[in-house]
Amino acid sequence: MALDVEKELAALKAQAEARPGAKRKLSMVVFSGDLDKHIAAMIIATGAAAMGMEVVVFYTFWGTAALRDPKKRVGGKTLVERMFGMMLPKGRDHAKLSHMHMAGAGTAMIKAIMEKKNVASVGEMLDIAGQFGVKIIICEMSMDLMGFKLEEMIDYPGLSIGGVATFLADAGESAIQLFI
Amino acid sequence: MPDYKIAKTLDYKGLKCPMPIVRISQEMPKLSLGDVVEVQTTDPGSLSDFPAWAKTTGQQVLETRQEPGLITIFVKKTK
Repeated sequence: MALDVEKELAALKAQAEARPGAKRKLSMVVFSGDLDKHIAAMIIATGAAAMGMEVVVFYTFWGTAALRDPKKRVGGKTLVERMFGMMLPKGRDHAKLSHMHMAGAGTAMIKAIMEKKNVASVGEMLDIAGQFGVKIIICEMSMDLMGFKLEEMIDYPGLSIGGVATFLADAGESAIQLFI
Repeated sequence: MPDYKIAKTLDYKGLKCPMPIVRISQEMPKLSLGDVVEVQTTDPGSLSDFPAWAKTTGQQVLETRQEPGLITIFVKKTK
Protein backbone atom coordinates (compact mmCIF):
# COMPACT_ATOMS: atom_id res chain seq x y z
CA MET A 1 0.00 0.00 0.00
CA ALA A 2 2.75 2.41 1.00
CA LEU A 3 4.47 1.68 -2.26
CA ASP A 4 1.38 2.69 -4.22
CA VAL A 5 1.24 6.06 -2.48
CA GLU A 6 4.84 6.73 -3.37
CA LYS A 7 4.24 5.74 -6.95
CA GLU A 8 1.19 7.93 -7.18
CA LEU A 9 3.08 10.86 -5.69
CA ALA A 10 5.85 10.50 -8.25
CA ALA A 11 3.30 10.36 -11.06
CA LEU A 12 1.56 13.49 -9.75
CA LYS A 13 4.87 15.26 -9.45
CA ALA A 14 5.77 14.42 -13.04
CA GLN A 15 2.34 15.62 -14.15
CA ALA A 16 2.74 18.92 -12.29
CA GLU A 17 6.12 19.56 -13.86
CA ALA A 18 4.86 18.83 -17.35
CA ARG A 19 1.80 21.07 -17.16
CA PRO A 20 1.80 24.20 -19.33
CA GLY A 21 3.18 27.34 -17.74
CA ALA A 22 5.04 25.49 -15.03
CA LYS A 23 8.45 26.83 -15.92
CA ARG A 24 9.92 29.79 -14.06
CA LYS A 25 10.07 31.68 -17.28
CA LEU A 26 8.84 35.02 -18.65
CA SER A 27 7.78 35.42 -22.26
CA MET A 28 7.07 38.95 -23.37
CA VAL A 29 5.89 40.49 -26.64
CA VAL A 30 7.07 44.04 -27.25
CA PHE A 31 4.68 45.31 -29.90
CA SER A 32 4.83 49.01 -29.11
CA GLY A 33 7.52 51.34 -30.40
CA ASP A 34 6.96 53.90 -27.63
CA LEU A 35 9.92 54.79 -25.46
CA ASP A 36 7.96 54.50 -22.20
CA LYS A 37 6.84 50.99 -23.06
CA HIS A 38 10.38 49.97 -24.01
CA ILE A 39 11.53 51.21 -20.60
CA ALA A 40 8.82 49.16 -18.86
CA ALA A 41 9.64 46.08 -20.96
CA MET A 42 13.34 46.25 -20.14
CA ILE A 43 12.73 46.83 -16.42
CA ILE A 44 10.50 43.75 -16.29
CA ALA A 45 12.91 41.67 -18.41
CA THR A 46 16.01 42.50 -16.35
CA GLY A 47 14.03 42.26 -13.10
CA ALA A 48 12.75 38.80 -14.01
CA ALA A 49 16.27 37.69 -14.94
CA ALA A 50 17.46 38.96 -11.53
CA MET A 51 14.71 36.87 -9.93
CA GLY A 52 16.33 33.85 -11.54
CA MET A 53 13.79 33.45 -14.31
CA GLU A 54 14.49 32.46 -17.89
CA VAL A 55 13.45 35.40 -20.08
CA VAL A 56 12.48 35.62 -23.75
CA VAL A 57 11.50 38.92 -25.35
CA PHE A 58 9.80 38.81 -28.72
CA TYR A 59 9.91 42.10 -30.65
CA THR A 60 7.23 42.61 -33.23
CA PHE A 61 5.66 45.36 -35.35
CA TRP A 62 6.49 48.88 -34.07
CA GLY A 63 8.70 47.36 -31.38
CA THR A 64 11.28 46.10 -33.88
CA ALA A 65 12.52 49.61 -34.81
CA ALA A 66 14.04 50.03 -31.34
CA LEU A 67 16.48 47.23 -32.11
CA ARG A 68 17.95 49.01 -35.15
CA ASP A 69 21.55 50.07 -34.85
CA PRO A 70 21.86 53.69 -36.04
CA LYS A 71 25.48 53.09 -37.06
CA LYS A 72 24.68 50.27 -39.44
CA ARG A 73 23.68 50.75 -43.09
CA VAL A 74 22.39 48.14 -45.45
CA GLY A 75 21.69 48.44 -49.13
CA GLY A 76 19.44 46.58 -51.51
CA LYS A 77 16.16 48.07 -50.28
CA THR A 78 13.15 49.02 -52.36
CA LEU A 79 11.87 52.61 -52.40
CA VAL A 80 9.02 51.76 -49.98
CA GLU A 81 11.42 49.98 -47.62
CA ARG A 82 13.75 52.97 -47.67
CA MET A 83 10.80 55.25 -46.86
CA PHE A 84 9.78 53.02 -43.96
CA GLY A 85 13.34 53.07 -42.76
CA MET A 86 13.37 56.86 -42.78
CA MET A 87 10.02 57.29 -41.05
CA LEU A 88 10.55 54.78 -38.27
CA PRO A 89 12.85 55.49 -35.32
CA LYS A 90 16.42 54.50 -36.08
CA GLY A 91 17.07 52.70 -32.83
CA ARG A 92 15.89 52.97 -29.24
CA ASP A 93 17.37 56.45 -28.74
CA HIS A 94 14.93 57.81 -31.30
CA ALA A 95 11.81 56.24 -29.78
CA LYS A 96 9.18 58.71 -28.60
CA LEU A 97 7.01 58.86 -25.48
CA SER A 98 3.42 57.63 -25.98
CA HIS A 99 2.15 60.74 -24.19
CA MET A 100 3.62 64.21 -23.76
CA HIS A 101 6.15 63.83 -26.58
CA MET A 102 5.52 67.52 -27.37
CA ALA A 103 7.53 67.62 -30.61
CA GLY A 104 10.47 66.07 -28.81
CA ALA A 105 10.56 68.36 -25.77
CA GLY A 106 8.73 65.95 -23.46
CA THR A 107 10.82 62.96 -24.53
CA ALA A 108 14.04 64.91 -24.07
CA MET A 109 12.85 66.03 -20.64
CA ILE A 110 12.05 62.49 -19.47
CA LYS A 111 15.47 61.30 -20.65
CA ALA A 112 17.16 64.15 -18.75
CA ILE A 113 15.17 63.38 -15.59
CA MET A 114 15.96 59.66 -15.87
CA GLU A 115 19.64 60.45 -16.10
CA LYS A 116 19.49 62.89 -13.20
CA LYS A 117 17.65 60.39 -11.02
CA ASN A 118 20.01 57.61 -12.07
CA VAL A 119 17.36 55.46 -13.76
CA ALA A 120 18.99 53.05 -16.20
CA SER A 121 18.37 53.79 -19.89
CA VAL A 122 16.94 51.25 -22.33
CA GLY A 123 20.45 50.76 -23.74
CA GLU A 124 21.98 50.12 -20.33
CA MET A 125 19.23 47.64 -19.50
CA LEU A 126 19.75 45.86 -22.83
CA ASP A 127 23.41 45.42 -21.84
CA ILE A 128 22.37 43.91 -18.50
CA ALA A 129 19.79 41.72 -20.23
CA GLY A 130 22.56 40.41 -22.49
CA GLN A 131 24.74 39.59 -19.48
CA PHE A 132 21.84 37.69 -17.89
CA GLY A 133 21.26 35.69 -21.05
CA VAL A 134 17.85 37.22 -21.81
CA LYS A 135 16.89 35.93 -25.24
CA ILE A 136 15.68 38.39 -27.88
CA ILE A 137 13.70 37.18 -30.86
CA ILE A 138 12.69 39.55 -33.66
CA CYS A 139 9.52 38.82 -35.58
CA GLU A 140 10.48 37.77 -39.09
CA MET A 141 7.29 39.06 -40.69
CA SER A 142 7.57 42.51 -39.09
CA MET A 143 11.14 42.84 -40.35
CA ASP A 144 10.02 41.82 -43.81
CA LEU A 145 7.06 44.27 -43.77
CA MET A 146 9.23 47.19 -42.76
CA GLY A 147 12.17 46.17 -44.88
CA PHE A 148 14.51 45.68 -41.92
CA LYS A 149 17.42 43.30 -42.25
CA LEU A 150 19.14 41.41 -39.44
CA GLU A 151 22.44 43.10 -40.43
CA GLU A 152 21.08 46.52 -39.38
CA MET A 153 20.04 45.35 -35.91
CA ILE A 154 22.04 45.90 -32.71
CA ASP A 155 24.83 43.55 -31.66
CA TYR A 156 23.18 41.52 -28.93
CA PRO A 157 24.19 38.09 -27.68
CA GLY A 158 21.52 35.60 -28.54
CA LEU A 159 19.57 37.78 -30.97
CA SER A 160 17.57 35.64 -33.35
CA ILE A 161 14.66 35.74 -35.76
CA GLY A 162 11.43 33.81 -35.30
CA GLY A 163 7.73 33.63 -35.96
CA VAL A 164 4.56 33.24 -33.94
CA ALA A 165 5.14 29.54 -33.27
CA THR A 166 8.51 30.35 -31.71
CA PHE A 167 6.83 32.80 -29.34
CA LEU A 168 3.92 30.49 -28.54
CA ALA A 169 6.23 27.59 -27.77
CA ASP A 170 8.09 29.80 -25.28
CA ALA A 171 4.90 31.34 -23.90
CA GLY A 172 3.26 27.95 -23.42
CA GLU A 173 5.82 26.82 -20.91
CA SER A 174 6.17 30.20 -19.18
CA ALA A 175 4.65 31.08 -15.83
CA ILE A 176 4.34 34.70 -16.97
CA GLN A 177 3.40 36.06 -20.39
CA LEU A 178 3.09 39.74 -21.19
CA PHE A 179 2.12 41.81 -24.21
CA ILE A 180 3.48 45.34 -24.24
CA MET B 1 19.42 44.75 16.83
CA PRO B 2 21.63 41.74 16.16
CA ASP B 3 25.05 42.10 14.64
CA TYR B 4 26.10 39.90 11.80
CA LYS B 5 29.45 38.86 10.53
CA ILE B 6 29.42 40.87 7.31
CA ALA B 7 31.21 39.28 4.37
CA LYS B 8 30.79 42.34 2.20
CA THR B 9 29.12 45.75 2.20
CA LEU B 10 27.40 46.64 -1.04
CA ASP B 11 26.83 50.29 -1.83
CA TYR B 12 23.67 50.56 -3.92
CA LYS B 13 22.92 54.13 -2.87
CA GLY B 14 21.34 56.15 -5.69
CA LEU B 15 20.37 53.12 -7.76
CA LYS B 16 16.79 52.91 -8.96
CA CYS B 17 14.50 50.02 -9.83
CA PRO B 18 15.42 47.43 -11.12
CA MET B 19 19.13 47.98 -10.45
CA PRO B 20 19.30 47.01 -6.74
CA ILE B 21 17.95 43.50 -7.37
CA VAL B 22 19.89 43.23 -10.63
CA ARG B 23 23.11 43.97 -8.70
CA ILE B 24 22.36 41.67 -5.76
CA SER B 25 21.54 38.79 -8.09
CA GLN B 26 24.83 39.39 -9.95
CA GLU B 27 26.61 39.38 -6.59
CA MET B 28 25.27 36.01 -5.45
CA PRO B 29 27.58 33.73 -7.47
CA LYS B 30 30.60 35.56 -5.99
CA LEU B 31 29.55 34.70 -2.41
CA SER B 32 29.87 31.51 -0.39
CA LEU B 33 26.96 29.69 1.18
CA GLY B 34 26.11 31.27 4.53
CA ASP B 35 27.73 34.64 3.76
CA VAL B 36 25.86 37.70 4.99
CA VAL B 37 26.08 40.90 2.97
CA GLU B 38 25.04 44.36 4.01
CA VAL B 39 23.23 46.24 1.26
CA GLN B 40 22.98 50.01 1.52
CA THR B 41 20.28 51.51 -0.63
CA THR B 42 18.30 54.72 -0.96
CA ASP B 43 15.54 53.14 -3.03
CA PRO B 44 12.35 52.74 -0.94
CA GLY B 45 11.14 50.11 -3.43
CA SER B 46 13.94 47.87 -2.16
CA LEU B 47 12.00 47.42 1.10
CA SER B 48 9.50 45.21 -0.69
CA ASP B 49 11.70 44.17 -3.64
CA PHE B 50 14.44 42.47 -1.63
CA PRO B 51 12.08 40.18 0.34
CA ALA B 52 10.25 39.35 -2.92
CA TRP B 53 13.53 38.64 -4.69
CA ALA B 54 14.77 36.51 -1.75
CA LYS B 55 11.54 34.52 -1.58
CA THR B 56 11.65 33.78 -5.32
CA THR B 57 15.34 32.94 -5.53
CA GLY B 58 15.64 31.01 -2.26
CA GLN B 59 17.85 33.55 -0.48
CA GLN B 60 17.14 35.09 2.91
CA VAL B 61 16.63 38.67 4.09
CA LEU B 62 17.72 38.65 7.74
CA GLU B 63 16.81 42.19 8.61
CA THR B 64 15.90 45.56 7.17
CA ARG B 65 16.96 48.73 8.92
CA GLN B 66 15.65 52.17 8.09
CA GLU B 67 17.11 55.49 9.02
CA PRO B 68 16.54 58.88 7.40
CA GLY B 69 17.94 58.73 3.89
CA LEU B 70 19.35 55.20 4.15
CA ILE B 71 17.99 51.67 4.07
CA THR B 72 20.23 48.79 5.13
CA ILE B 73 19.27 45.25 4.19
CA PHE B 74 21.09 42.17 5.46
CA VAL B 75 20.99 39.34 2.99
CA LYS B 76 22.19 35.82 3.68
CA LYS B 77 23.19 33.50 0.87
CA THR B 78 21.22 30.35 1.62
CA LYS B 79 21.29 28.80 -1.83
